[in-house]
Amino acid sequence: MEQDTTTKLYTFLIYSENVPGLLSQITAVFTRRQVNIESLNVCASSTPGAHKYTVTANCDERMARILTSQIEKRIEVLQAHFYTDDQLFINETALFKLSTPVMLKNPDVGRMVRFHNARIIEVNNTYTVVEITGITNDILSLFDTLKTMDCVLQFVRSGRICITKSRVEHLDEYLAAREVKRASSCKSK
Amino acid sequence: MTEKITGAEAMMRALEHEGVDVLFGYPGGSIMPTYDALYDHKKTLNHILVRHEQGAVHAAQGYARVSGKVGCAIVTSGPGATNTVTGIADAMIDSTPMVVICGQVGVAMLGTDAFQEVDVVGVTSPISKWSYQIRRAEDVAWAVARAFFIAKSGRPGPVVLDFAKNAQTGMVDYEPATVDFIRSYDPEPDVNMTDIERAAKMINNSVKPFVLVGQGVELGEAQEELRVFLEKADIPCGTTFLGLSAIPSDHRLNMGILGMHGNLGPNVMTNQCDVLIAIGMRFDDRVTGNLATYAKQAKIIHFDIDPAEFNKNVPVHLTVLGNCKDTLAAITKLVDETKHTAWIEGFKPYAEKEYNKVIDKALHPKEGPLLMGEVVRKVSEAANNEGIMVTDVGQNQLMACRYFKFTKHRSVVTSGGLGTMGYGLPAAIGATFGAPDRTVCLFVGDGGLQMTIQELGTIMEQGAPVKIILLNNNFLGNVRQWQEMFFAHRYSFTPMVNPNYELIAQGYGIPAKTVIERGDLDAAIAEMLATPGPYLLQCAIKEEDNVLPMTPPGANIDEMLLEV
Repeated sequence: MEQDTTTKLYTFLIYSENVPGLLSQITAVFTRRQVNIESLNVCASSTPGAHKYTVTANCDERMARILTSQIEKRIEVLQAHFYTDDQLFINETALFKLSTPVMLKNPDVGRMVRFHNARIIEVNNTYTVVEITGITNDILSLFDTLKTMDCVLQFVRSGRICITKSRVEHLDEYLAAREVKRASSCKSK
Repeated sequence: MTEKITGAEAMMRALEHEGVDVLFGYPGGSIMPTYDALYDHKKTLNHILVRHEQGAVHAAQGYARVSGKVGCAIVTSGPGATNTVTGIADAMIDSTPMVVICGQVGVAMLGTDAFQEVDVVGVTSPISKWSYQIRRAEDVAWAVARAFFIAKSGRPGPVVLDFAKNAQTGMVDYEPATVDFIRSYDPEPDVNMTDIERAAKMINNSVKPFVLVGQGVELGEAQEELRVFLEKADIPCGTTFLGLSAIPSDHRLNMGILGMHGNLGPNVMTNQCDVLIAIGMRFDDRVTGNLATYAKQAKIIHFDIDPAEFNKNVPVHLTVLGNCKDTLAAITKLVDETKHTAWIEGFKPYAEKEYNKVIDKALHPKEGPLLMGEVVRKVSEAANNEGIMVTDVGQNQLMACRYFKFTKHRSVVTSGGLGTMGYGLPAAIGATFGAPDRTVCLFVGDGGLQMTIQELGTIMEQGAPVKIILLNNNFLGNVRQWQEMFFAHRYSFTPMVNPNYELIAQGYGIPAKTVIERGDLDAAIAEMLATPGPYLLQCAIKEEDNVLPMTPPGANIDEMLLEV
């Protein structure tokens, strides 16, 4: 079996039933295989009752495959898949708390915020809050620039969120197949 | 019409609803309401009081292995629960169906570091198939039904129910529940006929096919399907330790044991076959040796019910997902009825070489102290090769697996994956309850026996007919062997100063005898088997004997040492 042996950032999309304790079961799979989680986002999915975990981690394809199957093995996990960036629409959000006095003194700060298509969402005479969405590089580019201007009081970046480019909805197909099996298992009784 | 009962009473009724007839357990503070309910169910739920909670889980494992049913253990919270951890991990890696019910403090006390509180779900989640905290009496029926369904379906495994005290005492309208479908869990995947056809084509085009038989065949009750498949396609096979009794030892296509201390032929031929067909096994490192050189020449087909096993250790060319009872039946229809006579004959020189260099010496020594191999084989034969072999871990286990012979299915109770010393004695107790009509022979060393020796008390109380064959070499033998071979004979803490085991047995009222001379062995074994109930037969074994052949750790699987 031909496999990509280079280490790269893979995104794992995991769907589970909404039960307590699953997050630690999922992260334990990464820990046990000595794979560091780079980012993590958990929220309800568009499918009622199903939770979506978006996890990024650096590993090779074989490890990504093993992690995925070990995660899917947990009883309450519905499905787990892994993707490379080209298979996904990706977004992240970041918030900056900037010093208003520094901003007033240095007009380049405001210029850079506008250049990066970031949005000012709060201003008072102590601080200014700026919001930006984009991919990791866009956000870190703004952060690196603002840092040199000595105006950043706080910075936070969210975990990656993404949706697949595929025209097939794997979870819907899986759930439909499961419902067929549930019906046939009821019928056979 | 339903009636209000306590959660503890609901637990009893739910266990009865699941067909439980034996429980291995030990009471304590947080499980007392459940033990109180158990008092009224003594006629249907036979509770076996063990002497330590580790004994309860291993006994439940032994029961499950020989009966095919779900083993059940019940313990209290905190230390009671943590004492079951080894058995849960053991059952997980060896795919043994088991439900462990642990008491827990009431939900109001959770997280307060209450007396005998421990985060059981947190501790056991990574080593169990499913771990769930029952917080309300209303959840008992559902949780028990789900627990048993998960434990026994698909690839079996241990399930933990953490039973909060308020859920035991709370009142509930009880109605029995049945779970046979979980949306997120597919234990019986449909057989993919395209994969079956591709596998059949690969096998039909093969001139040197070789089958690896694992415990999956026993767990899937596919022993007959395996035999028919092997005989029709005339394919030789080797077995893992846990797969030993899936096919009779003397079947003409059974070439022996795979792995580190297995037989020479099957290991050498693993690296010579052209198609390797693995059935219900997981390519453990003790089976494969060095992965970089393992069966590189072969096309590999892997039959398993657990998709997470595919390509985990060994990259394979084709996977066949499903219960091997179904997949083997399906492929048997498509494989050609053929003969691989020359290929099968090719195993013979290796078998002869191993017999001359190792087996003959192990079974027929002319002089010197007793050897483990001869004891094991004599016990096996005295029980008409129909006994259940239970082992502890170490040289006793390796020798028992090598020299015990099997004619009946589900006859192997050994800690394969975890290698748990102390497993043998309690597991043997469980086996006597799981298969009351069969002879249960426990092979145990002087190290492992002392790890759970308190269970002699359980044997005494129950009169459990465990035939304990203590292979005493006054050493932690397997570690000593590795020290001899790989650590320059530096016997760091492996010599054992032993107690008088006959006196200990006598203290528990268990008949015992010690054999030192070879000439006394047959009569002693006969006496042991003729004595009703338990028996301890201590054999004074050669102190520094080695288990051979051996593939050194990390070495290529076909490079077995026949002598040190």
